[in-house]
Amino acid sequence: MGTQKQVVKLDAATVRFCGDSGDGMQLAGTQLTTTSAIVGNDVATFPDFPAEIRAPRGTLAGVSGFQIHFASKEIYTPGDEVDALVAMNPAALKTNLEGLIPGGLLIVNAEAFDKKGLEQAHYAKNPLEDGSLDSYKLISVEMTKITREAVAELGLGQKDADRCRNFFAMGLVFWLYDRPLDPTLRFIENKFGKRPDVAEANRKVLKAGFHYGETTEAMPNQYIVDRAALPPGIYRSIMGNQAAAWGLIAASKLSGHEIFYGTYPITPASDILHELAKHKNFGVMTFQAEDEIAAVTSTIGAAFAGKMGVTGSSGPGIALKGEGLGLAVMMELPLIVINVQRGGPSTGLPTKTEQADLLQSMFGRNGECPMPIIAAQSPVDCFYVILEAWKIATRYMTPVFVLTDGYLANGSEPWQVPDVADLEKIDVKHPGPLSNGDEFQPYARDERLARPWALPGTPGLVHRVGGLEKQNITGNVNYEAMNHQEMVDLRAKKVADIAKELPPQTVEGPDKGKLLVLSWGGTYGSCRTAVRHMLARGESVAHAHLRYMNPMPANLGELLKQYDNVLIPELNKGQLRLLIRGEYLVDAKGFNKVQGKPFTVSELIEAFGKYL
Amino acid sequence: MSTDALPALPVLKAADFASDQDVRWCPGCGDYSILAQMKKMLPSLGIPPHQIVFVSGIGCSSRFPYYMNTYGMHSIHGRAPAIATGVKVANPDLSVWVITGDGDALSIGGNHLLHAIRRNLDINIVLFNNQIYGLTKGQYSPTSPLGKVTKSTPFGSVDNPLSPLSVAIGAEATFVARSIDVNIKHLSETLRRAAEHRGTSFVEVYQNCNIFNDKAFEYLTDRNTKADTTLEVEHGKPMIFGKNRDKGIRLNGITPEVVELGKGISEDDLLFHDEKLEEPTLAYLLSRMRHPEFPVPIGVMRYVERPIFEQRLHAQIDEAVKKRGDGDLNKLFQSGETWTVA
Repeated sequence: MGTQKQVVKLDAATVRFCGDSGDGMQLAGTQLTTTSAIVGNDVATFPDFPAEIRAPRGTLAGVSGFQIHFASKEIYTPGDEVDALVAMNPAALKTNLEGLIPGGLLIVNAEAFDKKGLEQAHYAKNPLEDGSLDSYKLISVEMTKITREAVAELGLGQKDADRCRNFFAMGLVFWLYDRPLDPTLRFIENKFGKRPDVAEANRKVLKAGFHYGETTEAMPNQYIVDRAALPPGIYRSIMGNQAAAWGLIAASKLSGHEIFYGTYPITPASDILHELAKHKNFGVMTFQAEDEIAAVTSTIGAAFAGKMGVTGSSGPGIALKGEGLGLAVMMELPLIVINVQRGGPSTGLPTKTEQADLLQSMFGRNGECPMPIIAAQSPVDCFYVILEAWKIATRYMTPVFVLTDGYLANGSEPWQVPDVADLEKIDVKHPGPLSNGDEFQPYARDERLARPWALPGTPGLVHRVGGLEKQNITGNVNYEAMNHQEMVDLRAKKVADIAKELPPQTVEGPDKGKLLVLSWGGTYGSCRTAVRHMLARGESVAHAHLRYMNPMPANLGELLKQYDNVLIPELNKGQLRLLIRGEYLVDAKGFNKVQGKPFTVSELIEAFGKYL
Repeated sequence: MSTDALPALPVLKAADFASDQDVRWCPGCGDYSILAQMKKMLPSLGIPPHQIVFVSGIGCSSRFPYYMNTYGMHSIHGRAPAIATGVKVANPDLSVWVITGDGDALSIGGNHLLHAIRRNLDINIVLFNNQIYGLTKGQYSPTSPLGKVTKSTPFGSVDNPLSPLSVAIGAEATFVARSIDVNIKHLSETLRRAAEHRGTSFVEVYQNCNIFNDKAFEYLTDRNTKADTTLEVEHGKPMIFGKNRDKGIRLNGITPEVVELGKGISEDDLLFHDEKLEEPTLAYLLSRMRHPEFPVPIGVMRYVERPIFEQRLHAQIDEAVKKRGDGDLNKLFQSGETWTVA
């Protein structure tokens, strides 16, 4: 019999699912994300999983989590603190409890708190019984038992039955926040349609979770989070890597150049490959090379032959691509290089986020070897930075770095889908055939100092390129002293002059004052939220978020001088700060963190406050 | 459309394939001969220079593209097979050649060589093997014999050499051949057959470095000894060699042996060359025959046809277009779960 429930209205809520990496927590999180987006909330997510595919069951190392923040207002972060935590075992509880607010809802799978489970999580006593969780609203549910009962009549094996437990947790949370089940039911049909028994089991368990919420007296409240006031349009939920892949496909279409994506599997960039490989009907060529070096060099070959050459990787792979990128700079061929940054150095923290490859992108090649760099600020922005990168690459005949990071790559948010007719065409030119006698000059220059992109197969344009220093205009090998000076200067000027065509740097907040927060890349959301919070309190603080890392916008130097202090928060040891100090002689301060995690809004507010 | 409506193709000559750049190899280098034979052979293919791309890595041989009046790329050390892969996949209509050396292809670029060969792109790889690092002035290479005294091995090399042909065969090569820089007719014909073969053609050319490793192949080129030290294999023919054509190769169990003809041994007892065998066992056996125990085989050792990488790759794209239609961005953006905010 249903109890009378109290309905409470909230502006926002943060939920975190955590469990063993085989417990389906990423799926649970994704479903709650999609459903919340569909009901009209603004959404931000933070998947957090171990580098091991299946660490020993029940251990601390094997805990996988997914945090989702949904709101009736615009939000930019997955939330500092968790309102409701679902912990599928003791290890998950131990590693995730810290984020739960006092008085928060703690839903646990009771049966996992047996002797073995507690030992694996290094609990001396059962936390469900020793009073240590008294400051939370503990909902201890026998999920295994209920799940097995729900599917009993289907005759599934116990293993298959237990695998449905994440749907119980989902159902329960869906009830708690008044979310519809339809999108998840559709998902089940699509995903498990070929195994009707499994599909039916998941449906039953999902509903069992939902009904449990409805009837249990342990959960007296149900919460409602209204739709957010988003601009009208068609929306979808999109993850950063998917957005990057779709950006590539869009840039390909808008420029009439098919994609050649040369890559080597690496976390967290591989999903770009997986996504592109699905869309061959856009003429996409995906090439899984034998190594990172072949990934970039095959891409250079394809670019030489006239395709939209793209290579993607993460820090260790980018390190291996360095020599190839130098070749692309020397040969002045257009290329997109995506670095989905992760914790380093070396193998580092493969599944965690960091921003420590900025200087690698700037300087990680031998010789004077400038490359333009653009950094994405949100999952959706991964789409738009790619369009810009391809425009710059083809206009200036240069390889371009696109920096994203693990947090953006796996995070998702609602995307107001653009109408393709509104996207700017990318005009790319190739010289046509020359008749006999006319001499072709492969290193001739246009007004942007770009050389012509002449394609093999075109009569009259035969020419040779390579890594040896070239003579301007003719492209012939040339070792002369003054020629080298001229060519190094030319390549530097070509990249520096891109600034002339960049939009000026904007700020949110006052255009002069005590503090300017200068951020870049994936920390946009937390920095913007923190600054807005402080602006609302009337503090003298402004926020500039840098998108063009090289070259930087032309007005940036002047802008920095308008504030008493410039603070640069970064998930590294101060890489942008080094560049800013070097370029503009500004005594910029840093707020730096390298813990594999994004900034929380509260730690930023505290850090910014010290300068006010 | 009738083909005779097309204008006749201009007849090309070797000179049409020569670029205006001065050739800068050392006088007397074996590379000159290979360059000359390539330029002489190319007109016979009927492919205009603008449809040809030469890709090289680093080393003396890798300067080759600068001297050809075709499209070309002198790239970075060892990576030419990977670059050529990108070129060929991007535009399968191009005739793509990789020019490489023993250090470039087998040391720093070993991985790319293996994978280009196993993929079986329709490209041609010509490896100039001089058993030495020339451009860095005389260090031993992965094909230098054991004990070789060089600048970096003053007491003799302690590295075991590898056989380029064995490596290629191990990587599932569909075309494997060997020739010698000064054996110009043989070289030209070998290059022509490599070009004609559909799939990755791998050609090893013994090339003399007269500065740092002079006369490394003298036993194969000396007028007095070459007939006895060289075995020119030809498809369907018995393996006979020697100044008097009186010696042959016979199989003893699974081991080859040198026998003299006559004395009860006839041609029929010898191994017959078959370049079309599906299994590469015979080609491998030939690739293991070394001087002085055996005559050194030259010629085409393996010539089979297998599916070609770039054709399969493009077939998948064509199939996807056929099934799902040309990609439509608006449809893509609105695929899956979407919702409308009014």
